[in-house]
Amino acid sequence: MASSKVTFRIQRFDPEKDEAPRDQDFQLELEPGITILKALNKIQAELDPTLALRYSCGSAICGSCAMKVNGHARLVCKTQVSDCVKDGVLRVGPMGNLRVLKDLVVDMEPFWDSLDKVKPYLAPDPAQAAPEKERLQSPEEFLRIDPSTTCILCGACYSDCNVLEVDKSFVGPASLAKAHRFIFDSRDAETTERLRKISEKTGVWDCTHCGECSTRCPTEAKPLERIEEIRVKAMTEGHHGNAGARHVLGFRETVGRRGLLDENYLPARSVGFFNIPGLLSIIPVGLRMMKRRKNPPLRPHSIDKVDEVKKTFARFEELRK
Amino acid sequence: MKYALYTGCVAKGAGRELLVSAKLACEKLGIELVEMTDAACCGAGVIGEDNPIVADMLNARTFALAEEQGLDIMNICTTCQGVHRKAQRKLDGDADYKARVNAELAKDCGREYKGSVTVRHFYEILLQDYGLEKLKEKVVQPLEGIKVGAFYGCYASRPPEASDLEDPDDPDELEKLIEALGATPVEYDERLKCCGFPIIMANKKNSLQLSGNAIVSAKDAGADIMATPCPLCHLNLDAYQPEINSRVGQRLDMPILHIPQLVALALGVPKSELRLKTHIVRPTGTLAP
Ligand code: SF4
Ligand code: SF4
Ligand code: FES
Repeated sequence: MASSKVTFRIQRFDPEKDEAPRDQDFQLELEPGITILKALNKIQAELDPTLALRYSCGSAICGSCAMKVNGHARLVCKTQVSDCVKDGVLRVGPMGNLRVLKDLVVDMEPFWDSLDKVKPYLAPDPAQAAPEKERLQSPEEFLRIDPSTTCILCGACYSDCNVLEVDKSFVGPASLAKAHRFIFDSRDAETTERLRKISEKTGVWDCTHCGECSTRCPTEAKPLERIEEIRVKAMTEGHHGNAGARHVLGFRETVGRRGLLDENYLPARSVGFFNIPGLLSIIPVGLRMMKRRKNPPLRPHSIDKVDEVKKTFARFEELRK
Repeated sequence: MKYALYTGCVAKGAGRELLVSAKLACEKLGIELVEMTDAACCGAGVIGEDNPIVADMLNARTFALAEEQGLDIMNICTTCQGVHRKAQRKLDGDADYKARVNAELAKDCGREYKGSVTVRHFYEILLQDYGLEKLKEKVVQPLEGIKVGAFYGCYASRPPEASDLEDPDDPDELEKLIEALGATPVEYDERLKCCGFPIIMANKKNSLQLSGNAIVSAKDAGADIMATPCPLCHLNLDAYQPEINSRVGQRLDMPILHIPQLVALALGVPKSELRLKTHIVRPTGTLAP
């Protein structure tokens, strides 16, 4: 294959000089098979030595080179230029949800802090004497945490998380994947406490399921899948005292009864039947919908052959095994 | 062309205008639909976060029902579509698990998911099976001069492995569809973002802010209306718009149409039949109900 001309449109920002970020174009003649990191190195070496970026291993291990390519977070050392050129242009910018220090370099401090919130280390049973060598687990036990241990702390998930865009107090996807790693670790003795804590506000139920984290994650950590596993465990072990879990219970109840969701029942079930301010807060939207005849039918209907589905729900707990 | 129409819950509840419009649009196009009145909720990802096998059984049963009729499934909700696609990939990709799900299903209803059904959304069927050229020929009421911001939401493009979009990171399928209807597509930054519906109960503030950001982004890009293939996005963006207005500190007045409503309008279905009056933010101008 012949070499090709690519325009790199790079977001530049130097807080000491610039009021706001700006785009700068660099034209490069590139051989096929080159990664975006190599191309950025070339720009830095040949066109503009002031371009700031972070990288180290060059082989998708250290996690330091995550940045936005065409608007989505990726490891640039793992991404081919040819896969990302659109109409001759490739856009590069810093990760989202983190403050830009210079050009493509962001302040990772809030990301590290978010990990601290989930006690990211093993808490063995203090009543048990420490073993002489290491704490063992079986291959099967390890397989449960295998995916979450692959996280390389690159921050790509954090960068693109939709909830973090509107609320920085959310614990975030990497932390939830990290929490998973210990909640499901056979050697950890604080599973219940971890589940209780993660079920609180800013925790596992604040995730809106946008799927960005798993889509951007360059490893098998895939935070959304881990979030789903944490939620299943929290539900199974009875951590039901929050709006997220109540919503799930309501869903289970109405679908188990009628085969379909009863949208009149669910909101009240979710905010909690005894939560008066919560109940009052959902009245305006209900009235508004009623006025427009948009509200769900007050007498909810069932699917045909609903008994088939009821039988499955009657075996709900048995099927968990 | 004939499909098993999976309605999902919202089109039977708070989004009945969607069901009506999808049926009317298909009628105009000569697409025959058999409504799956015996299919249950897809679980919306919620049942799967409680008891995964129950969710997979619900969906395997739905697939089996369509297979029994020898029809492929048409969805009119991207959340249903995404959940179906995910369930199908899980079952098709793991023969042991599929056997287990089928064995449990046999106990409750004697049905079996064989693996022959194709599940797609209304707009995917229009693009892939029907074809935009043929659709254009059927347009009698081109939506000229209307600037439409397509709101894809989450499930249309994520996870990319389960998406039918050619470039899930930067799709143009809905824009092409909007163009085929004679309207002007408007691209804006937030068109692939989450509307916040899944957390409207758990964290209303964040949910409304997500919706608000999406509408503001579409409005700033010049959209007159937004159109979405997901009735859950519609609910959050439309029914909660008064609350969203207070959250973002401006009156947005942004009508949120279902994609099938837009298609039906261009095909000449009278506005009065599309239940636009039931929207909290009613469209104005030529689209005013
Ligand atoms: S799925 Fe949840 S945690 Fe992951 S990016 Fe979206 S909101 Fe954040
Ligand atoms: S979970 Fe994935 S995307 Fe997030 S920090 Fe770890 S490796 Fe990176
Ligand atoms: S440079 Fe180490 S992961 Fe890219």
